Amino acid sequence: MTDLLPTARTGGPAVLTKGSAPPAAPPQEPGPPVARGTRRRLGPGRPLPFGRLIGPVLLIAAWWAASASGYLDPRILSGPGSVISTASDLVATGRLQDNVLISLQRAGLGLFFGVVSGVVLAVAAGLSRSGEYLIDGPLQIKRAIPSLAMLPLLILWLGIGEEMKATVIALGVAVSMYINTFAFLTSIDNRYVELAEGLDLSRAQFIRKVVVPGSLPGFFVGLRLGVTSSWVGLIVVEQINATSGIGYMMFQAQQYAQSDVIIVGLVAYGIFGFASDAAVRAIERKALSWRRTLAG
Amino acid sequence: MATHPGGLITEVRPAVRTKQLVRKFGDRIILKELDLTIAPGEFTALLGRSGSGKSTLLRAVARLDHTVEGSGELTVPERVSLSFQDSRLLPWLRVLDNVILGLRGPGARERGLTALEEVGLAGRDRSWPHELSGGEQQRAALARALVREPELLLADEPFGALDALTRIKMHGLLRELYERHRPAVLLVTHDVDEAVELADRVLVLEEGLISVDLAIDLPTPRSRRDARFQEYRDTLLTALGVTQPPPTA
Repeated sequence: MTDLLPTARTGGPAVLTKGSAPPAAPPQEPGPPVARGTRRRLGPGRPLPFGRLIGPVLLIAAWWAASASGYLDPRILSGPGSVISTASDLVATGRLQDNVLISLQRAGLGLFFGVVSGVVLAVAAGLSRSGEYLIDGPLQIKRAIPSLAMLPLLILWLGIGEEMKATVIALGVAVSMYINTFAFLTSIDNRYVELAEGLDLSRAQFIRKVVVPGSLPGFFVGLRLGVTSSWVGLIVVEQINATSGIGYMMFQAQQYAQSDVIIVGLVAYGIFGFASDAAVRAIERKALSWRRTLAG
Repeated sequence: MATHPGGLITEVRPAVRTKQLVRKFGDRIILKELDLTIAPGEFTALLGRSGSGKSTLLRAVARLDHTVEGSGELTVPERVSLSFQDSRLLPWLRVLDNVILGLRGPGARERGLTALEEVGLAGRDRSWPHELSGGEQQRAALARALVREPELLLADEPFGALDALTRIKMHGLLRELYERHRPAVLLVTHDVDEAVELADRVLVLEEGLISVDLAIDLPTPRSRRDARFQEYRDTLLTALGVTQPPPTA
């Protein structure tokens, strides 16, 4: 590549100085196509369709190979084959669907309340001084306390029912939503605020046209962390006095040493986590299509 | 050189009137009891060395200086449009939505499309701001300023970030749009040629006060090669302390 460039530069003018003999080819044409690559030099490279699946697929392939070659003891970790047959058994009896459904409902409820409260708090803290003084401190403190540590108190207050489970999940989600949305909201360029004042925007218009789109990138960072933390919260609450859900199913399997059932539960968690993150990414790409970034 | 006949415009309600306008940052007084009247439809350019208070005055008239200490009277019309050195288009709104941002009443989209057509951006209404060139972004900003049918257009070095060729084109466009819509204009610039070419009245701000108030009595479009253009230019450059006054013949 390095020795191609000088050739391209000297090729043209050398012919031109002759003057009398017209060159066979136009002098500016023979630029080697290698010199001008289509790939951005400092970027991460061209995106592949479904490229994000390559990593997980390789992981499963390695697992399959290890258990098929007998390297993996089925008492330690069941092979993919037996996990799949266990999964189909669990589906046939309806046990998997019922547990998945109740888990999804818990995570969904917690996520919903967490997102709504996190965003409302971020907007309130970002747009008014009194809001910031009242809200920001307590949330920074809450951020330092893991939801797990709050569990004893929440059980004391709310019991061990569904309210407690949704609350634990929502608390974790709300904090990551708040932190990221608030950070992006307060760093909206002052020039845009000036513009909004110059254009006489009302407060509602300002929020809709400047604040919300300006803090949307932060909202999505928060949402991706929030979705992950909703699954983490789910796992925690489902292993405490639950009588249903994927976590309960796995906990029972542990009692009976059914490693294949545990794997089915883990795979279910993994699929949910991966699929929900992919969904958020897809929405993010659509909603932030105005952005030009390193990746895009 | 005729100075501006300030007494004639008291009959009509002025577009801008400041009385003893003071603005200061701490102990530094930027505007010292500045009196200024701009008539409706008058194209005024404001020159001054950097640090002379041009932007402070413009920001005061635009009422963007809440945090600045000051006193004095200030009257501005209801419909004021602002244009900045950067186009300041919101990156998350398409061009048309940027133009009609905050516009009230029915037919906003149609008015926005007309404004885009006027600045030569017809068909670009669905583009994102980052898809436009620097000059096109500034045109879109101009459309956003004019779609509001302002009585006063405040422009803070709107061509400062453009290359020389684009700037020449934008000068023609601004003057053309001004002649069609006739808002009062206060154009802050540090380019003497730009001021003489575009404005009908040029002010020089020096140490917080207006030191020169010069009416430009030339037909438009103006040629920089015109002898009288050069004369105005030399007067202003002298006032700005760039050149020495020519020896009296």
